Amino acid sequence: MRLVVIGLAAGFFSALFGVGGGIVIVPLLVLTAAWEERRAMATSLAAIGVTALAGTLFYAYYGRVHPGSAALVGLPATVGAVVGTWLQQRLRRRELSLLFAALLVAIAVKLLVP
Amino acid sequence: MTADLAAVALGLAAGVVSGLLGVGGGTLFVPTLLALGLSQRSAEATSLLAILPTVAVGAWRQHRYGNVGWHSALVLGVTSIGGVVGGVFVAEALPEVTLRRLFAVLLFVVAAQIALRAWRNPS
Repeated sequence: MRLVVIGLAAGFFSALFGVGGGIVIVPLLVLTAAWEERRAMATSLAAIGVTALAGTLFYAYYGRVHPGSAALVGLPATVGAVVGTWLQQRLRRRELSLLFAALLVAIAVKLLVP
Repeated sequence: MTADLAAVALGLAAGVVSGLLGVGGGTLFVPTLLALGLSQRSAEATSLLAILPTVAVGAWRQHRYGNVGWHSALVLGVTSIGGVVGGVFVAEALPEVTLRRLFAVLLFVVAAQIALRAWRNPS
């Protein structure tokens, strides 16, 4: 039952914002169901596959999906993710997390102040 | 051409970030696609397609490590479709500007979440 609510919320936010939904699933599994973070992340990845596919198909119905642009950023990202996973054991994640958080804030400000 | 190269570089960077931190790939795809000239709605729709290969490879790797709870993943994935229908409906109904502002708010929330997690687990 808890999973159903988490799934519905994740699907809604994923489609509304065009992001994976891991940002909804992972904290909810960790906080409300006491999942271990690694297992929550791995499980959310598998679930997001279905979510993103459904979102793509529904948006395609409205003619919003640009496959060429998706390939342009999505395929290099696959290579990047493998590199990132490899680097994970070799870098200080705390500083990187804070740096990435700062980058997101900068992008958000830029979007709000055109 | 230059914009395409920049998009490839940003896509690569988004992948590295998501591999490193386990989250955040999609949050960088949308701004990248906006920079390519897509509207907010199209950028979000296209981002969902763009994350699919990364997610598929990631899920396969995690499966091999034995970390995926497949039963829960299936329940989460299938029920998420209901949420997706609602999300697409709302995104299609909202004005572009509102959608962009909401996305900016989401970035603040994700930034706070990532910073908080880094604070709690200083490893």
